Amino acid sequence: MSHSDTHHDSHQLSAKSYVVGFSLSMLLTFAAFGAVMSGALKGATELVTVVICAVLQIYVQLRYFLHLDGSSEQRWNVMSFIYTLVIIALLVVGSLWIMYNMHNLMMPGA
Amino acid sequence: MTTSALFGRLTLDAIPYQNPIIMGTVGTVTILGVLLVAWLTYQRRWAYLWNEWFTSVDHKRIGVMYIIFSVIMMLRGFADAIMMRTHQALAQGMGQGYLPPEHYDQIFSAHGTIMIIFVAMPFFIGLMNFVVPLQIGARDVAYPFLNSVSFWLTVASGLLVMVSLAVGDFSQAGWSGYPPYSELKFSPSTGVDYWMWSLQLGGIGTLVTGINFFVTILRMRAPGMSLMKMPIFTWTIFVTTVLIMFSFPVLTVTLALLAMDRYLDMHFFTNDFGGNQMMFANLFWIWGHPEVYIVVLPAFGIFSEVVSTFSKKRLFGYASMVYATIAIAILSFVVWLHHFFTMGSGANVNAFFGIATMIIAVPTGVKVFNWLFTMYRGRIEFTTAMMWSIGFIITFAVGGMTGVLLAVPGADFMLHNSEFLVAHFHNMLIPGALFGYFAGYNFWFPKMFGFRLDEKWGKRSFWSWLVGFYLAFMPLYALGFMGMPRRMSHYDNPYWQPYLIVALLGTFLIAFGIFSQIMQLAVSIRQRHALRDRTGDIWGSHSLEWSIPSPPAFYNFAKTPVVEDLYAFTYMKENGINPRATAPFAPIHMPRNSSIGVFLGLFTFTLGFGLVWHMWWLVVGSLFAILSLLVMRSTDDNVDYELSPQQVAVYEAEAYQSANQASGQHAADLATQG
Repeated sequence: MSHSDTHHDSHQLSAKSYVVGFSLSMLLTFAAFGAVMSGALKGATELVTVVICAVLQIYVQLRYFLHLDGSSEQRWNVMSFIYTLVIIALLVVGSLWIMYNMHNLMMPGA
Repeated sequence: MTTSALFGRLTLDAIPYQNPIIMGTVGTVTILGVLLVAWLTYQRRWAYLWNEWFTSVDHKRIGVMYIIFSVIMMLRGFADAIMMRTHQALAQGMGQGYLPPEHYDQIFSAHGTIMIIFVAMPFFIGLMNFVVPLQIGARDVAYPFLNSVSFWLTVASGLLVMVSLAVGDFSQAGWSGYPPYSELKFSPSTGVDYWMWSLQLGGIGTLVTGINFFVTILRMRAPGMSLMKMPIFTWTIFVTTVLIMFSFPVLTVTLALLAMDRYLDMHFFTNDFGGNQMMFANLFWIWGHPEVYIVVLPAFGIFSEVVSTFSKKRLFGYASMVYATIAIAILSFVVWLHHFFTMGSGANVNAFFGIATMIIAVPTGVKVFNWLFTMYRGRIEFTTAMMWSIGFIITFAVGGMTGVLLAVPGADFMLHNSEFLVAHFHNMLIPGALFGYFAGYNFWFPKMFGFRLDEKWGKRSFWSWLVGFYLAFMPLYALGFMGMPRRMSHYDNPYWQPYLIVALLGTFLIAFGIFSQIMQLAVSIRQRHALRDRTGDIWGSHSLEWSIPSPPAFYNFAKTPVVEDLYAFTYMKENGINPRATAPFAPIHMPRNSSIGVFLGLFTFTLGFGLVWHMWWLVVGSLFAILSLLVMRSTDDNVDYELSPQQVAVYEAEAYQSANQASGQHAADLATQG
């Protein structure tokens, strides 16, 4: 396994995947801008729409530009990515939770 | 404070003439240094040192240099320890000890920083440098030049700490350097800057090493070595590199923010202008807790190798050992708040982190049982390395239990900041990390130099360290229960003094242990012919590093070995496979030595020194030099060469000749006996 080629140069569909990724990214970007600028959506709906577009776009870019998928060559990259997400989530959420608590308890009124 | 364009804040007053202790130390070190330089010049060893060692990109040489650096720094760190213990044994009531408070504070800050960053880290990094590529059947690490850079960055930052002794002062804010005390307002001298920049620059070197070994282990394993056929030491190093890559950037950012506070008048961690000093504690321990596992996991790997080798068995529960190590990689990132339970986060937060802390004891417990079951019904050979391991298991269990006790937030409120805590973390780090490195040093020394270490002095050092440890730190547990805070330069309670005197005696015993280790090395070098290892597999061990002669040829393996089993070399021995590569050889691609690493280290040191003293021309000049060196290296095409098959054949014959008897022959003998 260690010697198998884990490079994604071997992907035959590379050019196609970039085009698909680019189109989807553009679509999602315009959707988000459109939702805000047209004024069709209001308040919470507007916010949720933009967030959903953003999250989808993250997925699109990982899938089509960084070629993260379920294939065996990508297993290490996917695992590293998930581990990174987990650790960052733990550290950021943990820090916010800790500091929020401390702030309330130690500096009331500040 | 006035600053001049040329010397920044540096004046002649920065040299502590009036302090006889410091000047005596500086004088002794200077004299010894001059003698060493004179001897090296007289022996005409400079060219050899420069060509064969300083500029080397060979992971084995870099590993040995890391260990030498670590040992030198340990002597300094231990000198700090014995000064503190002596002072505390005297400084009761009317006795004032012999250290003024501001000097005492510098000593405990330097002791902590040095022991963690410049002793523990370089010691295990040295061992992993030497061992990991050999264990996975590789010729070098993934980025040999970067390896040299990492080493010289570490040396540069260690040098910065040493220079603080003679020029200026060191931090008085403890090794963790909490604001607001470490802010400019409360620590206006250069002490905190020395601490901050040495940690920062050394941290960058460590981060690069982490990346280097992560890639090496993932990409350069011999064919057939799947992850679950990787030797356990390599596994623990693999997880350690992951922890390094995820935790050290946090330290880098935290120190950068503190630097902006101190240099650019910002307010990240100040009391006012929107700063929050508690954020520093939070960020520091996000790095600091994984750091504990970074230094302890490699030791766990060493114990696993040593215990299975000297019990003449395979490791009990290899898979559970691997999963326990992986579990630690995640859990060690969810416990950091237990370092500041008392800062006031409230019951829910404290309960969460308290329980997480207790949970992380489980995978560690799994490991302890695995070692015990490995020894169970084994034919145990009580070598020095094995003694260190057994001493560790017993002592570490005591420290682990006091740790679970401290994980209860209510109990922590009583014991926080007391001598109990000091006893606890020394109880984890001395047996847990240091004993492991000593075991590894005794275990792999024959592989490094071709002869084993003397057992008599080795056992003396073990017993002195072990008994000395109990004498030095068990009284501190009691003192913690009696309410003695840590870091006291003077106290009035006469009931504490006898305990501190016992602790001092323990420290003297440890000093004899260190003396025994020096003697062990000296005696072994004198008797190296009698202690020669002619087999390459002196202990009858399992993994690939033992399948080649001791010391190995500079390219390690003439032919990349093929791995069939988790215990790759044991499998070869049992199946009568001769590991010795035979002609025809293929050409071997090797990296060339480079002096750029040494110069990068040099300019990193001047960069740090310039930053500490606000000598801006030196800072700019050093940065420019570093950048130029990087450009030079990037545009250099002559960085590698090829060994022809004929040369390989010659070197291979030499390596086996100097080992005097083919290890393959030895393996074949074992196979026929077995």
